[in-house]
Amino acid sequence: MALIVSFKKFLDETGDIARFTGRFFSVGMKPRYENRELLNQCYNIGYLSFPLVALTAFIMGLVLTMQLRPSLVEYGVESQLPVMVGLAIVREIGPVITALIFAGKIGSSIGAELGSMKVTEQIDAMTVSGIKPYKYLVATRVLATTLMLPLLTILGDGISLFGAYLGVNIRSVTSIDLFFLQVFKSLDFSDVLPAIIKTLFFGFAVGMVGCYKGFNSSKGTQGVGVSANSAVVLSSVLIFIIDLLAVQITELLGLN
Amino acid sequence: MNMEAAASEPVIVIKNLVKGFGDKLILDGFNLTVEKGSNVVILGKSGSGKSVLIKCIIGLLAPDSGSIHVFKENIPGMNEDELDQARSKIGFLFQSNALYDSMTIRENLEFPLLRHWVDIEKEEVDRLVREALENVDLLHTLDMMPSELSGGMLKRVALARTMILRPEIILYDEPTTGLDPVTSREIENLILKLQKKNHTSSIIISHDMNCVKNTADVVVLLLEGKCYTKGTYEELEQSADQNIKQFFE
Repeated sequence: MALIVSFKKFLDETGDIARFTGRFFSVGMKPRYENRELLNQCYNIGYLSFPLVALTAFIMGLVLTMQLRPSLVEYGVESQLPVMVGLAIVREIGPVITALIFAGKIGSSIGAELGSMKVTEQIDAMTVSGIKPYKYLVATRVLATTLMLPLLTILGDGISLFGAYLGVNIRSVTSIDLFFLQVFKSLDFSDVLPAIIKTLFFGFAVGMVGCYKGFNSSKGTQGVGVSANSAVVLSSVLIFIIDLLAVQITELLGLN
Repeated sequence: MNMEAAASEPVIVIKNLVKGFGDKLILDGFNLTVEKGSNVVILGKSGSGKSVLIKCIIGLLAPDSGSIHVFKENIPGMNEDELDQARSKIGFLFQSNALYDSMTIRENLEFPLLRHWVDIEKEEVDRLVREALENVDLLHTLDMMPSELSGGMLKRVALARTMILRPEIILYDEPTTGLDPVTSREIENLILKLQKKNHTSSIIISHDMNCVKNTADVVVLLLEGKCYTKGTYEELEQSADQNIKQFFE
């Protein structure tokens, strides 16, 4: 019985999220556009997330290289280390790890911010002032996360590759020119483009889930915490689901 | 108080309003008429549906049935754009003030202005913001954040924000709850002063009998989802009915 109730709750929430997402296209994309708020959110969401993304990307590149080296040495293909690391970072690890870091930072902050606005009636105050909160709060944030995550991923990939270059040079000497030549020689458009396109969907999911959870927050300050937490959990799960779908689609299109 | 307005035209007419949540019926055939220029105070126990009623009037909640005519237009039958239009004539003072805590006081007041009057000049916005804050004696808080103000000051700023679009009707959700008696009296005086200045009509929800006494032209007792009785403060105070007496004891 409890299982049925949980399943029904899951279906209800899925339907609610679908309706909430539908409003992004039916309400959020219509004029008048909140350009100033969009720029403000791009700054908050993109620019202010950059230091965290850069730090984690750098460490990720360094650690990945150090972890991969022993296996490659064992098979006598240590010279392929830049190629392996480059492919792994650009195609998969860079976009997914950046999106997960982004979900942790931005998903939770959007969930908490809108949740707090909801329980203190600030969203109702906007409504009664004739302002459309969905357009002002949700559409701008979702658009900002969708636009900023691909940019952060590209920057993060670059920093991660630099970390990998330093990792390669811990045990051997490789010039930066040679390292990046090997990396870029192994990459083509079918590696880069799908990886960047899927980050658009990751960003959309993080923004939409954060806003949905915040907008539907209840039970006072405790509810705000729950919104922030569940926004991170759900958007992280969605990132993996979208990643799985993206892999299947690129395979179907023969881009793998 | 504004008794001479009592005989003028109705601005809000509510008929057979029904609203429930799940199995619980909150409003069960509620009727009310608010005349232009009058202050109607809704009195009732906690959970009796007072806040639900004013949220239905402003379209934040959709009633299950019944009609709410504001300036002869039925609120429940309106679409989003029509509601926005109707809301420009109605102000709402939230119990929690609902000031935007990430904005300064100036931005809080500018925000509705800039969205309603798209072509308004910057100088005009500044003038209106200053005038609204002067009305509540808080001009010096212009560039402060809401977190820097006391409860009474927040209420006055919220009142200034409510008034800035020059609404013709104002709905007050427990305007003096949580305030000390002196500040409560200040808020009551402000409500009366601004009503007199702007010729507004009001619905005030309150538990505070001093506030009821000082602000009400008409007192309505909401009981079991219905308008149980209606009259002036003095009439209700003298009633022998136990349901009414308990509020005045």
